[in-house]
Amino acid sequence: MKPSPLRIHRPTTIDETLDLLSEHAASGKVLAGGQSLVPVLNMRLAAPSDLIDITAVSGLDELSVAGAEGRAEITVGATVTHRQVERSEEVAVANPILGEALSFVAHPAIRNRGTTVGSIAHADPNGEIPMILALTGGRVEVRSTRGQRTLSAEELNIGPLETSLESDELITRATFPALPAGSRAGFDELARRSGDYGLAGVGMILDVEGATVKGLHCGFISVTDVPEVLNLGEAVSGAHLRDASEVADTVVDAVRDFIDPGGDIHATADYRRHLTGVITSRLFRRLCRTDSAQGRNTDSRMTGTDTERRRV
Amino acid sequence: MTEAIGTEPTSTIRLTVNDTLHALEVPDRKLLSDVLRQDLGLTGTHVGCEHGVCGSCTVQLDGEPVRSCLMFAVTAQGHEVKTVEGVGNDPENPSDVQQAFIDCHGLQCGFCTPGFVTTIDAYIDENPKPTEEEAREAVSGNLCRCTGYQNIVAAVQRAAELRAEGARQ
Ligand SMILES: Cc1cc2nc3c(=O)[nH]c(=O)nc-3n(C[C@H](O)[C@H](O)[C@H](O)COP(=O)(O)OP(=O)(O)OC[C@H]3O[C@@H](n4cnc5c(N)ncnc54)[C@H](O)[C@@H]3O)c2cc1C
Ligand code: FES
Ligand code: FES
Repeated sequence: MKPSPLRIHRPTTIDETLDLLSEHAASGKVLAGGQSLVPVLNMRLAAPSDLIDITAVSGLDELSVAGAEGRAEITVGATVTHRQVERSEEVAVANPILGEALSFVAHPAIRNRGTTVGSIAHADPNGEIPMILALTGGRVEVRSTRGQRTLSAEELNIGPLETSLESDELITRATFPALPAGSRAGFDELARRSGDYGLAGVGMILDVEGATVKGLHCGFISVTDVPEVLNLGEAVSGAHLRDASEVADTVVDAVRDFIDPGGDIHATADYRRHLTGVITSRLFRRLCRTDSAQGRNTDSRMTGTDTERRRV
Repeated sequence: MTEAIGTEPTSTIRLTVNDTLHALEVPDRKLLSDVLRQDLGLTGTHVGCEHGVCGSCTVQLDGEPVRSCLMFAVTAQGHEVKTVEGVGNDPENPSDVQQAFIDCHGLQCGFCTPGFVTTIDAYIDENPKPTEEEAREAVSGNLCRCTGYQNIVAAVQRAAELRAEGARQ
């Protein structure tokens, strides 16, 4: 199918972009990588009159890690693609969970065009990145001709595919704090086919001091309406890493109670709840392993067939 | 839906495809895949789903695989587009990836093949010695209804071998 007639604007400066957005606020849309927007246009689920393509705008391509050790932050500009973030060594060191989650976002051909900020603006509860932004305590910078504001993930996400952005506003960049020293983080999901949206997925940040657990935060994909973060600090604090298997059951129970999955043709609500528990248990035990480094676990990505074999 | 043909927004664009610069007048809404096929006659790029899922429209943009059905031709300006014809367009001298598909019998109807060729052509530069598992993962974004993938996976590894041999010569 084809999009309905529309005009594409290709501004080259941020000011020009904001003017265009203001002028076309009624029926205009930002076009970044197009990997979510163009399918919607092709299927004619939306028919904006004007697209403001930001890919040629200068000043939106920053990808950097800056700040003092322990308080560093990753800045991702609006035109930075998933692939650029995924390939950055600096990002992998500062916040390994971001790159780990990115490797689950679609396929390389999609990640080559799709932007990390576009994912956040799209606010899909099945998307990995909006959840990672919430879990890591990130924020976005938003600009319009009316001014500038900063929104936390919580302030941004108000519903499935719904944000608190006004139609003339542009997210210029997202900021992800680096993981605090001593924390261990991981992400895992299960999809029918590698690269598909996950049926369920879990991100986890475990705070550890010596061999003692101090805190635990979990975020979820595909099983909550917005990226909500579950703080399980109280339930796990004081536990020894060695006792992971006992604590894991408490964590799984709390997670299964917290989430609110829906059912669709891909999986029933019960099955998603079950899967979320399985992933939670695996991820928690993995992070508690004494040899668990902060870095990414490359064999964490499991195909549907593996799940069958390993189902618990 | 009534659309006034001839009055919809169009642009004059300059598009570099397979190292040739073209100047064209196209509707703004026209997808890169359609401009390649209809305006430039490069019908090797196939269109299956038009929402990014099947991969048959995959072309290289500045050397990286992308879906041409998820881009407007207008926005491809300033980039180098390479289609399957740019990878190899001579039956007497197929490219290494095309030769690998012949050697391994990696196709049946061939509809999906151009998307696999453009994907794999870029992939083996990034991973010159893929394991079977990696080869399988590398083509997981492309759908094929005919082959069952076994031979395509073999073709990825064969293509990598051929490229390494080519580099040694
Ligand atoms: C086959 C396929 C599979 C996919 N699988 C996954 C997956 O598993 N997980 C996942 O998370 N995603 C997936 N995606 C989506 C992909 O990750 C997109 O890259 C991403 O969702 C949107 O980024 P984009 O740059 O392409 O945004 P676009 O498609 O250009 O825009 C998306 C929306 O955000 C708005 N927007 C974009 N940038 C800004 C900005 N700076 N300020 C304000 N508004 C903005 C647009 O107006 C639009 O409404 C998939 C896509 C495809 C085609
Ligand atoms: S036609 Fe582009 S991915 Fe299917
Ligand atoms: S060979 Fe027929 S679709 Fe792949």
